[in-house]
Amino acid sequence: MNIGIVSAAYIAAAVLFILSLGGLSGQESAKRAVWYGIVGMGVAVAATILGPGVGHVWLVVLMILIGAAVGWYVAGKVQMTEMPQLVAALHSFVGLAAVFTGFNADIELRRVLALDETARSALTGFAAILAHKTGVEISILKVEVFLGVFIGAVTFTGSVVAFGKLAGKIDGKATKLPGGHALNAGAAILSLLLLVVYCQGAGLWALLLMTLLALFIGWHLIMGIGGADMPVVVSMLNSYSGWAAAAIGFTLGNDLLIVVGALVGSSGAILSYIMCKAMNRSFVSVILGGFGSTTGPAQVIEGEQVAIDAGGVAAALNDADSVIIVPGYGMAVAQAQQSISELTRKLRAAGKTVRFAIHPVAGRLPGHMNVLLAEAKVPYDIVLEMDEINEDFPETDVVIVVGSNDIVNPAAQDDPNSPIAGMPVLEVWKARQVFVSKRGQGAGYSGIENPLFFKENTRMFYGDAKASVDKLLPQIV
Amino acid sequence: MTPDSASQLQKLGHECLIEAGAGTAAGYLDEAYRAAGVEVVETAAELWDRADVIAKVRPPEPAEAERLRAGKTLISFFYPAQNEELLKRCAETGAAVIAMDMVPRISRAQKMDALSSMANIAGYRAVIEAGANFGRFFTGQVTAAGKVAPAKVLVIGAGVAGLAAIGTATSLGAITYAFDVRPEVAEQIESMGANFVFLDFEEAQQDGAATGGYAAPSSPEFREKQLAKFRELAPQMDIVIATALIPGRPAPKLWLADMVAAMKPGSVVVDLAAERGGNCDLTVPEQKVVSENGVTIVGYTDFPSRMATQSSALYATNIRHMLTDLTPDKDGVVVHNMEDDVIRGATVTHGGAVTFPPPPPKVAAIAAQKPKEKVKELTPDEKRAKELATFRAETKSQVVTLAAGAAALLIVGAFAPASFMAHFVVFVLACFVGFQVIWNVSHSLHTPLMAVTNAISGIVIIGALLQIGSGSKMVAFLAALSVLIATINIVGGFLVTRRMLAMFQKS
Repeated sequence: MNIGIVSAAYIAAAVLFILSLGGLSGQESAKRAVWYGIVGMGVAVAATILGPGVGHVWLVVLMILIGAAVGWYVAGKVQMTEMPQLVAALHSFVGLAAVFTGFNADIELRRVLALDETARSALTGFAAILAHKTGVEISILKVEVFLGVFIGAVTFTGSVVAFGKLAGKIDGKATKLPGGHALNAGAAILSLLLLVVYCQGAGLWALLLMTLLALFIGWHLIMGIGGADMPVVVSMLNSYSGWAAAAIGFTLGNDLLIVVGALVGSSGAILSYIMCKAMNRSFVSVILGGFGSTTGPAQVIEGEQVAIDAGGVAAALNDADSVIIVPGYGMAVAQAQQSISELTRKLRAAGKTVRFAIHPVAGRLPGHMNVLLAEAKVPYDIVLEMDEINEDFPETDVVIVVGSNDIVNPAAQDDPNSPIAGMPVLEVWKARQVFVSKRGQGAGYSGIENPLFFKENTRMFYGDAKASVDKLLPQIV
Repeated sequence: MTPDSASQLQKLGHECLIEAGAGTAAGYLDEAYRAAGVEVVETAAELWDRADVIAKVRPPEPAEAERLRAGKTLISFFYPAQNEELLKRCAETGAAVIAMDMVPRISRAQKMDALSSMANIAGYRAVIEAGANFGRFFTGQVTAAGKVAPAKVLVIGAGVAGLAAIGTATSLGAITYAFDVRPEVAEQIESMGANFVFLDFEEAQQDGAATGGYAAPSSPEFREKQLAKFRELAPQMDIVIATALIPGRPAPKLWLADMVAAMKPGSVVVDLAAERGGNCDLTVPEQKVVSENGVTIVGYTDFPSRMATQSSALYATNIRHMLTDLTPDKDGVVVHNMEDDVIRGATVTHGGAVTFPPPPPKVAAIAAQKPKEKVKELTPDEKRAKELATFRAETKSQVVTLAAGAAALLIVGAFAPASFMAHFVVFVLACFVGFQVIWNVSHSLHTPLMAVTNAISGIVIIGALLQIGSGSKMVAFLAALSVLIATINIVGGFLVTRRMLAMFQKS
């Protein structure tokens, strides 16, 4: 295969990838879209392997076989509730691969530069590209390598920490070393200095040292971000992994890598933006961790939380005509989606309108709740997002809030001093009756009291979400 | 007390007594009470003597008031504002009197709000009375024997009675209109299926929330406007149900003689405000009269009594709820907690003193309504100007962004070598395409999107593949490792996406 055919294959692959992302605009077209992606990837890899300048083919095939087997196994085994940690783990792989590729580029560059003129002309593949570079191009190449490795390393440790937090292996609370963000800033400035030194011709040590700093930044940055901000973190890491791939593409002079990296990078950036907007917080404040400081005393909440038992909830559901269910992270934790799906099925069979309201930041991953509900066979056309359903709450008889807290907090609208003031929330309190399924009386992730729980039309349905819903099921007629 | 509520009362630890034959008119026989464990007492006098808590409907007769003693509690309608003499006499006896008509209008007290229960019945019965005196169907029909137009019903005052009347009339199939001076009830009216009669009036309306949910007197100008509207409606209406009351005042005259004259013969006016003088000029309290032009005007004041079984059941439940609040420990001991908003509000005499009128309740009855922002209707010209302005602003910001972007590109292009620029252009274009494409991704597919982008970011495998042929062992080793993990990424990412997408199902 000559270079022309390879280029053509790359163009085809790039088009397929764009179609693949574009196809995700609807549930039905998405099923086709994923095939575009698979074919695109197949074309790209096959063209590269069969193209000029690839050696050790047996090693490549072996590695691909092992990798494919592992990937197959993991993808088949993972639970839908574990999706956030899987995505985070996969991001770390991209980061690590980018770091390795960057190192390779550096090593290869040194080797090529050390060769004499005749040996250089005998080189093939990547080394040949390197050999033909001018002085300025080599400087640019060094910046690209440096950037690629930096972003890759941050992505790697960041994703590992995110994985740990999402999998519950690391405490989800925001923890920082003394010095906080000054440490990160210091490490970043030091990396910048190292870049200058590296471009001046310093050895591999500069790259290695920078890698260590970048690894530290990734670790410390994500350690400082709490559990509920994970949707932003994961999409941010997604974006980083794309930028890292793009940087590697520049290093290798490979347009396909650049295109795909840019696609993934912008995708992650948009997702992060959407998530931040849904929380009414700036990207910087999420990354710097914690909620903004309040400007005055919080509203004093009057009233009491009134508990109710399964019988009461069931009676209200039996009387209701329209029901909206608002799931949150608590549903994922309790693995309650199957029970909720069963409840939905029974209520719908009784001729009631049942819909789901999904807040953009519900769960630990953008779109997390949709996937869980889809897994439990809840039809997607009754799963609506916040803007579609918020106006319908006043005409709703019963709202069931399952394991969500801040996203249904009226303080975001009523109390200008609340830390979440201005955050768009689901206006569940406007419904005739609200049942909140919740473990205990504690406050939400943000530590803010939720006036919803004290409202006159709210009843607290204490207990584990799954157990509670299961108790409810036999009593629904 | 009904047999049902009696058994509930017994659960609170109370013993129940009833005067013989008290429930007969409402369809509750003495045997039924006996079966529920209630002791049937022969005379009222004996009952007054033996019971600690006496519940009845009407205010006590002077003779009954004499029988009250310290330690006894009377629960009944009392109208303390109108019955000062009686109030004083009851206070002197030292007994506690709880007036069911004084239960404050807060959510917690709704279950014992007998006024609402009775108003509900009155509203329903008003429509039934109207139907009985009206010679046509309520609902419109097209039959083999010809077409029947639906009846048009106007409900004036959308309190509890008004809303009940609206509900009944609409469910019978009539076209229902409703009017109320409190603009915030428009939503409630529409929710019951009636059309709100909209009055175009500039004056800021007083929010009903300030007066505990009741209507307040309106200004003369407003009244004029209102009457003009009614005059306009009168010829079309078949049935008018007037329920307008202002607390502590005679009923406002809203349906004047000329409006009745304008109505078609055979039409019906039911005046629920008859007891307080009536909303209609021609109303004769407690009687049904027919006007000169053949309009029937019903002025009954005893609508709840005309549905004794239903009224008794609801009132008994109200009383039971009151007693539940009075016996918090469910041990049959009455605790008269004067700190409690509801009990305090309803108690008119306690411990020998008159405790009327009560202090305002601690909890505001109804949250004050935020004034609705009026969206100004724009004229077509203004609209066009506004659209043009937005269009210009958008164009401006886009041109500025593009210019800035082009300038930045030019600067990069001026310094960077050509080989870099070629890649850079590709990069910028790809970012652009990415932004355009991703915005269209539906929210529910964000997780699959992440999985897909994750899978395709495994494209770094190509970098590793290009390097693996290197002469250096180290490079080959690292590249092989990269190939391995990138493959995991690709295969894992795509498979998991497929799994997820396969789960999305339409109902």
